[in-house]
Amino acid sequence: MSSNPMTTAPLISGPHAHSEESVAKVMATVMVALLPATLFGFWAYGWPAIFLFTITLLSTLAGEAIGLQLAGKPQRLFLLDGSAILTGWLLALSLPPWAPWWVGVVGGLLATLIGKQIFGGIGQNLFNPAMLARVALLISFPVEMTQWVGPHPITTAAAPGFLDGLAITFSGIPNVDSVTGASILGHAKTELTRGIGLTSSLPGHYDATAFSLGTVAGSMGETSGVLLLLGGIVLLMRKVITWHIPVAMLGSVILLSAIFHHVNPERFADPLFHLMAGGMMLGAFFIATDMVTSPTGRIGQLVFGIGCGVLVWVIRTFGAFPEGVAFAVLLMNAATPLIDHYLRPRIYGRRRDGRPLELAERKES
Amino acid sequence: MKLFRFRGGVHPHGHKLLSNQQEIDVLPLPRRLYVPVQQHIGVPAQPVVVPGQKVLKGELIAAAQGTLSAAVHAPTSGTVVEIGPFTAPHPSGLPVTTIIIDSDGEDRWCDEQAHNTDPFSLTPQEISDRVAAAGIVGMGGATFPSALKLHLGHKQRVHTLIINGGECEPYLTCDDRLMRESADTVIDGVRIMVHAIGLEGASIAIEDNKPQAYAAMRSAAEPYPEIRVVRVPSLYPMGSEKQMIQFLTGIEVPAGTRSAEIGLLVHNVATAHAIHEAVRFARPLVSRVVTVSGGAVRNKRNLQVPIGTLVQELFDYCGLVENPARLIMGGPMMGQVIPHTRVPVVKGTSGIIALSQRELGEMQTMPCIRCGRCVGACPVGLMPLELMARVRAADFDGAIDYGLHDCISCGSCAYVCPSHLPLTQFFNFAKGELVTRDVEKRKNDYTRKLAADRQARLQREAEEKKRAAAERKAARAAAKAAKATEQETQA
Repeated sequence: MSSNPMTTAPLISGPHAHSEESVAKVMATVMVALLPATLFGFWAYGWPAIFLFTITLLSTLAGEAIGLQLAGKPQRLFLLDGSAILTGWLLALSLPPWAPWWVGVVGGLLATLIGKQIFGGIGQNLFNPAMLARVALLISFPVEMTQWVGPHPITTAAAPGFLDGLAITFSGIPNVDSVTGASILGHAKTELTRGIGLTSSLPGHYDATAFSLGTVAGSMGETSGVLLLLGGIVLLMRKVITWHIPVAMLGSVILLSAIFHHVNPERFADPLFHLMAGGMMLGAFFIATDMVTSPTGRIGQLVFGIGCGVLVWVIRTFGAFPEGVAFAVLLMNAATPLIDHYLRPRIYGRRRDGRPLELAERKES
Repeated sequence: MKLFRFRGGVHPHGHKLLSNQQEIDVLPLPRRLYVPVQQHIGVPAQPVVVPGQKVLKGELIAAAQGTLSAAVHAPTSGTVVEIGPFTAPHPSGLPVTTIIIDSDGEDRWCDEQAHNTDPFSLTPQEISDRVAAAGIVGMGGATFPSALKLHLGHKQRVHTLIINGGECEPYLTCDDRLMRESADTVIDGVRIMVHAIGLEGASIAIEDNKPQAYAAMRSAAEPYPEIRVVRVPSLYPMGSEKQMIQFLTGIEVPAGTRSAEIGLLVHNVATAHAIHEAVRFARPLVSRVVTVSGGAVRNKRNLQVPIGTLVQELFDYCGLVENPARLIMGGPMMGQVIPHTRVPVVKGTSGIIALSQRELGEMQTMPCIRCGRCVGACPVGLMPLELMARVRAADFDGAIDYGLHDCISCGSCAYVCPSHLPLTQFFNFAKGELVTRDVEKRKNDYTRKLAADRQARLQREAEEKKRAAAERKAARAAAKAAKATEQETQA
């Protein structure tokens, strides 16, 4: 080192140390947490699921790229931050695994173009892009979005081969009606409208163990409650999420369903059914906890989680649609700015209303 | 002792082992020292020496101006060569009045025999006078004049004295080494403070990443049951005054209140050591322990450094392995960037950190993803992301509503931000902007008042003129009338 003084540094304030966390690392952690349920989905639903997953991801990235191009933002930086891939990933997991290719394309483009880039890109969107796309698809293409196939494990003879899989994804499912059916939520809802109670409609269709493991008909990555819970625990341990939203959401669903099931088991399903059917676990750990669209304060997160839980239960129990996770999350997304504005943490030295604390009594020493 | 907790906080990598393994080393006496007259919060001291004058070590060279000020002493013996502007240890690099002394190499004290006084025979006033005469300021970095703090403590019926041995900033180990090597003198300083304020005891808080310092202080405090040495967890910003108070007492200092007003006083361990030197031996604060660390430094260590030593001298002594990517005075969380190495060490300089390019890391800033980690990390309970959005939009009223004035600039939010947003820099900017606006507003108000006063004066003068004219007219008329009457009587 020479004895010359070093050149003038820019005006900059601290901290000059950093946790070395980054957006890409956060996104990557979420993807790792999603892996078990995703791989299980690939295994259970075979090649068509893998094709749809790939198509959805590529379409989501294409939508992001188009949006970035139009906004004049750097492509490389934002395409590689992992957020678009994660959006596509979550959307794909929520789709019927044998849905046709164009469902993935339309959904992927909707998610990033309409759900994200129109709002201003990463961090700016009001609604969860994956759920926005899913709801748009569900309302626009109700038939394709409700054709659920049961598991055709890729390791068994029942699984469609690579070419059969391509055919399913690109030209439709042969003998649709014999392979696909309603989800358990749809089945229960239909039977209830026909006046058949749960105690008669569920046996033979619903088995708690199978539903917890995920060896049932359902979305690509939503069926295995146990593996999603495992992923959720990974997120909690890596401190990507806190317990507040999932616990509040699942807790309120458990509480509501337990009370009503106790009162009338014919009409109201039990808590375990609600937890393991549909997108509840994926929703509680991966969708409702989406950072951009959920509150940042702890109290706000509790309110948000309770809101999601109550709405899911209400929509499933009384709504026109059998499943309500996506709707519930979108509704609470809309309330997030309001929640964050009113439910701020208490500031040191101040009361909740913002006024300074009263002077503490002076102890005589 | 029952401990409490404060919200949030972060666990930055300590990097303490880099510099806390060797004993405090004495820096060879520099040839020239640059002693600023302002090294404290408050009014600059006034030089009382002239160029060409010979000074001895410890001799007063700049006198305190009022109570919110601190005296400055010659750090060594030699000749005053110049008094003039020199770069201040501040990011702006703006100059402050600095007394430049050429050392004669003898390092001779102004009073050869240091007289040992029993501090416990002195009155509180005498102690705070001695502390004031020694020019002691808060050495943790806040640099508030210590005598004033002691004096206020005595007057305001302080009931709890906390000695801050937290040293929660990464890299810094000067307090750690001081406590290990001079535990007895630190404890003595604490006892002097306890006596000066009229307390029954004090608590010394030491983070649990300094077990040797804790052990040394514990055994030094053994004979004095009134001095409690408390181990606290290593959680940044434990060393922040308000957070330390909350952790030890469970009391929150109300917004807009000073801790002394609610009976709590916090002093740094290095300050306690300086008070011991000042009160017992009448030695003013002319040197301090400085941590020289960071990836760019070859021999990272703690040095006993005369006040006024240029940073360059520290690097010359310790060596550099690469050109530092950033120079910081203080710790990396709250320390200040210094523009170059021709900046003097001052009373509040706890460390000089030369970060390497690798340590600094060039991190891409991304948009906020609202992850809320900043909210979780903020020890004050702010929502830094919301605060930043308002500062960005220049909505300062909104920022104040979101607690801008409560921010302690600890940097925890920016530390955890995965988007690498310079949150603290935004808040510091906004605080500075508000100060500027406040000054501007006061200036405008003053100008308006002056204009109004002038208007009133002009009006008053006009009225007076009018009245005088009327009076003159009336007088003339009266004189005329009198003359007419006179003429009539004559006729």
